[in-house]
Amino acid sequence: MNAPFSAPVPSIATALPALDIRHVSKAFVVDGKAVEVLADISLSVEAGSFVSIVGASGCGKSTLLRLILGLDLDYAGDIHLDGQPVEGPGPERSIVFQEHRLLPWLTVEGNVGAALLHSGLDAAARRRSVAEHLELVGLEAFAKAYPAQLSGGMAQRVAIARALANRPRFLLLDEPLGALDALTRLRLQGELKRIVAHEGATAVLVTHDVDEAVFLGHRIVVLHPRPGRIAAVLEVPEEARADRSSPTFVALRDRVLELLGVSLGEGRAR
Amino acid sequence: MSIEATAATALPAETRAGNALRSVARRIEWRPWTAFAALLALWFAAHHFGWVPAKYLPSPVAVVQRLIREVTAGTLLHDLHETLRRNLSGLVIGVAAGLALGALLGASSLVGRIVGPTVLAQRQTALFAWVPLLAMWFGGGDTGKITFIAVAAFQPVVIGTWRGISLVPTTYRELSDVLLLSRWNYMRLVALPHALPMIFTGLHGALIYAWLATVGSELFLNISPGLGGRLNEGSQLFEIDLLFLVILLFGLIGLGFNTLAERAEGLLIRWNNR
Repeated sequence: MNAPFSAPVPSIATALPALDIRHVSKAFVVDGKAVEVLADISLSVEAGSFVSIVGASGCGKSTLLRLILGLDLDYAGDIHLDGQPVEGPGPERSIVFQEHRLLPWLTVEGNVGAALLHSGLDAAARRRSVAEHLELVGLEAFAKAYPAQLSGGMAQRVAIARALANRPRFLLLDEPLGALDALTRLRLQGELKRIVAHEGATAVLVTHDVDEAVFLGHRIVVLHPRPGRIAAVLEVPEEARADRSSPTFVALRDRVLELLGVSLGEGRAR
Repeated sequence: MSIEATAATALPAETRAGNALRSVARRIEWRPWTAFAALLALWFAAHHFGWVPAKYLPSPVAVVQRLIREVTAGTLLHDLHETLRRNLSGLVIGVAAGLALGALLGASSLVGRIVGPTVLAQRQTALFAWVPLLAMWFGGGDTGKITFIAVAAFQPVVIGTWRGISLVPTTYRELSDVLLLSRWNYMRLVALPHALPMIFTGLHGALIYAWLATVGSELFLNISPGLGGRLNEGSQLFEIDLLFLVILLFGLIGLGFNTLAERAEGLLIRWNNR
């Protein structure tokens, strides 16, 4: 299954991949010893596509997002965005963390507006963008509320609005729905898919929820842990993305689970 | 509570009024006053039965009479005014300096590493150890006194501000990096609001220390108009009623400052936990 990933999947429109990760390795020093967390990761993502990265905890998924964000520049290999190397955080990239990370002393609109302070837009344009994105996540009525007054799902929707307010071309999602209850998660998965399609952003989702990875991604990257390395990249057929109960969806999910080392026969045998 | 309320509305008017009166009486916190009353009774008794010679213990009535005399003559109000003026001047200077240096220490880890240890060492010196030095530098007059009060107020504020700003969690720092917040916006939107509870604890400390320093400066430095000067006067002229009166005043003002700070802190915490 160690298919050659360095060869990018032929893209539809442009030859240059929007996000190009080449031979990236990353090690942390723990107690004086180097611990490798990512080993030779190569991955290309075309503009406008949605890639899901699945793996058990400790496989370096979140670290990879931090590298793409430019929060950590200490790694081997290259990461290019539209041909430009990543040299730090930039306005064309944004992230939704697992916890909403809203500032508790700012209102909902204050939190979303904070993402636009660097945009160069004037106050009126910023207000418009905030209102527009709160509407997109269905929270326009809560603009003046404080984070503590929101449910977990609502707070995460605000975080999504904040990540989108500056119209980033790259949206990074670090287990954004991981802390939510099952029902809210299912509902937000649908919303996230609609919103990302609406914004036309290139999205990289990191998750350990295989259903979520299949439902949202155009492609699924399966990581194996310690050190994190790519085990497989699977294309998601449109049919699977469209319907969670379609045979294609179920087959793909089972395939991913198998790659992650989950034996599906076990439960039935006992 | 709600059951009681419904019952009350069903009762005739006069009973309702009685209930209201009783509920007001119940709401007044009487317990702290029992210790105070017991002390007052002991004082009266000690004076009345001559347990302590009157030379060392005035009667409570004598203290009240002294208060009336001092107020009508205007002397005490003048002293009170002088003491509060010194206290507030020193407090404002010390707090402003503490906020400014604390913010600088918190905002720049380089400044924190260079200047921080000195600030921490300064905090370890007992407050009153500064009195002789400041008296030499600034004299025993108003300048020396206000400087001493400012030093006292400065210590807790600089530490609280510094810690509050430098202890912003990495999650918020990362967020600020991703949102490309400028240094100014980071201070305004993230660091200062996060530091506010700790700054406030520092301000509360400053209020108490500045008050201590005010009393100390008036006692240990030159005699000048002010409550501390009256204390000196009372002890030197053996006016025991004046001593008691001024000590009571110091206690009352300190209590007032503390209550004010606690009220404000309560409001702030409610705002923070909204």
